[in-house]
This record gives sequence, structure tokens and C-alpha cells, in this order.
Amino acid sequence: MASTIISRIKQRQIAQLIAAGKRLDGRGLTDYREIKIESGIVERAEGSALVYIGKTEVLAGVKIETGEPFLDRPNEGALTVNSEFVPVASPEFEAGPPGEESIELARIVDRGIRESKAIELEKLCIVPGKKVFVVFIDVYVLNHDGNLIDTAGLAALASILNTKMSNYEVVEDEVKVLPGFTQLPVVNYPIPVTFAKINGQLVADPGLDEEEVMDSRLTVTFEKNGKVCAMQKSGRSFFTEEQVLEVVKIGQQKAEEIRRTVV
Amino acid sequence: MSQPTKPLINENGVRTDGRKLDELRPVKISVGVLSNADGSAYIEQGKNKILAAVYGPRESHPRHLALPDRASLRCRYHMAPFSVQERKSPAPSRREMELSKVIREALEPVIFLDQYPRTSIDLFIEVLQADGGTRCAGVTVASLALADAGIPMRDLVVACASGKVDGQIVLDLNDIEDKEGEADVPVAFTPNLNAITLLQMDGLLTIEEFETALKLALDGCKRIYSLQKETLKAKYVVVKEEAEAEAQ
Repeated sequence: MASTIISRIKQRQIAQLIAAGKRLDGRGLTDYREIKIESGIVERAEGSALVYIGKTEVLAGVKIETGEPFLDRPNEGALTVNSEFVPVASPEFEAGPPGEESIELARIVDRGIRESKAIELEKLCIVPGKKVFVVFIDVYVLNHDGNLIDTAGLAALASILNTKMSNYEVVEDEVKVLPGFTQLPVVNYPIPVTFAKINGQLVADPGLDEEEVMDSRLTVTFEKNGKVCAMQKSGRSFFTEEQVLEVVKIGQQKAEEIRRTVV
Repeated sequence: MSQPTKPLINENGVRTDGRKLDELRPVKISVGVLSNADGSAYIEQGKNKILAAVYGPRESHPRHLALPDRASLRCRYHMAPFSVQERKSPAPSRREMELSKVIREALEPVIFLDQYPRTSIDLFIEVLQADGGTRCAGVTVASLALADAGIPMRDLVVACASGKVDGQIVLDLNDIEDKEGEADVPVAFTPNLNAITLLQMDGLLTIEEFETALKLALDGCKRIYSLQKETLKAKYVVVKEEAEAEAQ
């Protein structure tokens, strides 16, 4: 991980605390920071949500346009997730094309929504094989204090839950906008849960200072029935099989708790 | 992932390419296949054909990317435009950028990077033909190229995917199983450290199914690992024989 420099003393302190089952900010090892969600704060967007996990702050906005379907999915609307690590969020972020961290984050969020079939894309087909609605979810990181993946995943979910499309009818293969709005058809609620491994111990929802000293992290996304729908290990170290299964088991409960705050 | 028109597994538990559920595709590996690279390897796994080359440790370019305490491992996973059905643009896609990152992170835990501070080790993986599971075959072949380059490592890294197809957990998904199946779980493993260094998943699996899939993938990894070791040893048997012939 690209990292801000934190003192070695703090690094040792974090590791020692975790070994004793404690954390710098007083949380238990599997506790999340406070989660807050504000929906619909960008009126120009079809849907939007600002999500806080502790001091981490991510804004997601949804825009819907017409476009062509994917070749292998002629009867389905398309979904695109993009993320921007805007320079306002951290001294580490620079303007310019998205880096690999940002691409990875967008793709993890995308997989969660896509694989859980959160949006009923079949309902977004206008003319089969020719014209469909394309749902753009843009994830904007506004303040980076660790665990961007979970915050971004929640923001994306909250934003599609908040999305309204204009009513329309199809006249000679063209979309004619009608008065009124319909809710975007969202039928599943994927929740990503991230654990960091620090000195061989697992901690949920790593803060920025914990991310600086972590060995690796594992994100598991759960859909509404508790099935796993996406997973990603990242970081320069590894997990044992037992650690992976532990993350999956604890993660399932955490996802259930977090889902209740969104839906 | 739409419902397949034809079943991918028939009533006898046989897959489209004639394999059993827990059977790997045929794997062929060779090392030292490129003369310019410091290390190289080539793998065929099913219809996958993948080449890996390692250059380094060498001076970092640009210089500012050099790390003061270790070598920086740089990895590029890339698919040739003709490697897939529809021509792929040669420009790096978002998928390739993500895979380059996770493959790098799958290999970093085994390399003694701290022995070469301020240098870079450049790893290039070129997929010449893709048939599902290219990231896994890419990890397997890349770790052999690193070993072939003589870079000190704790162990080889080996990767294999498992997944769910027609409701059943299967090993080493091919292209059609990957596209039409219900889940895909690529795993990289390094036996000496008993460590999982790459883990991704997409699709839908219950926790129990995931556990079964993970165990099956690890089992596949262990089988490919012995092939990897044999290939590497075989190269040095040849070198030893040549040296002995010269000495006489």
C-alpha cells in the first residue's frame, strides 16, 4: 500500500494492542466504526448517497443513459462502476487517470452488485440487442480514513436504492420521456465486509493507521440470503485457509448487521 | 450468468471436455524458453497458452519508483489481441490492471525482495491464447520464470481455480464453464508457507459450498505444484549432464 509515514512507535503499539485483543480507538477486533448514510443529496443525479464509516467518507452518484447492450447480454441493461480517488480526500491522492487501487475498488464494488443481481437488468432493456439503459455508478472518495472498499460498497448500494428513473415509453425504437418517476428495480443488497490481517490477527473495518501496518486484507461480499457473491484478497502478504474461513463466518454475521442499517 | 442452453455436466458427471468434476486439464510447462530474459517459462493448461518473462533485478526506471528497503516487483498481465474470440484491444484494460495487481501480490510473499533494495524486478505475463483460468495459469508460470531467473524465493507459488457449474463444485474451469457457470474461485497457494496468496471469487456460493470449493482448489494447486517442481528440476538435470559431458 502506498502509505503516509506513521511512527514506528505507533506501528508497534497497534500490533501490541491487537495481540491483547484491543485497538487504538477502543473498538473490539470485529467491531465496525459508526456507519452513517445520507441518501439523495445530489439532486441532479438519478440517485446518490453519502456514506460515512467513522471518518471515511464516500459519495456515490447514479446516472442513467441509453446505450448499446453488451454483445453477450442483448436483453439486459448495462452496469458500469467507476471510482475516483479525488485529491481532496487524502494527501496521498493525485489528480490524473485512476490508479490500480481505484480500479480494484471499483471492480470489487461492481462484482458485488453484478453477481448478487442487485439490479434487475432485464427490466432495463429498451430494444433487444440495440438499445438499453446503462446504469453508471460513480464512487467518489471524499475523505480517506481506511476501509474504502466497504464504504464504497455501501455508498453504491445506498445510491441505487435511492435511484429514480423517468417514466418512458418506446416510440419507433426511441425513448420518449413521460411525466413521473419509477424506482430503479433493486432486488438484492450486497454488503462487502473487509478484514485486515495485522501480525497474524484479524481485525474488521481497518482504519487508515491500521491499513498502514496491515499485512493483507480480505473483502468478502454477502448477498441478502447470506451467500458469498464476491471476494478479494489484496496486500503483500497471505491468509491461511483457517483465516479465510474465519473471515467468511464472522463476515456473514457482520454483513447481516450492516445490511439492517442500509435497507 | 445466464442459464446455459446445453448442460455443462452430463448425467454421468462428465464435463464438456470429457473431464470428471475434480479433474485438471492437461498441463504442460517448460522453463528457460526465451534467450533474452533473465528467466522465462511457458505453460499450456487446456487451451491456455501463456508465456512469462522476468527481467531483473535491475536498475529501476524511472528512478523515483525505487524503494529504499527492497526491490519493487512490477507485474504486467497482458492478453494478446488474438487470444480471445472477439479481438481484444491491445491497450491495458481495467481487468488487466486489476489482475496485474493481484498476481503481483500473489507472488510478493515468497520473494526475498529485501535482498535487492533500490532495484526492480519486472515480470511480464503474455496470454497468447485464453481458455478460462488465465490468471491462475499466469501465477503458476510466473513463479517458475522468477525461479528460472535465480531470484531467491521461499517457495514456488501455484494457482488453480475451482467453481460451481450446473450446481456442482468443479475444479479448473474452462472458458465456457467460467462464462456460463455459477461461480469462479481463483486461488493461489504456496505450500511451504501453507499460505493463500491470491483469493478472488465471483458468482454465488453458500458458505459451505465456498469451503468445499476452496479445499478443491487447494487440492488442484498441490497437484500442479508437483509438476512445477519436476519441470524446474528437469532443467538442471540437463544442465548437469551437459557439464559432466564437458568435463570428460
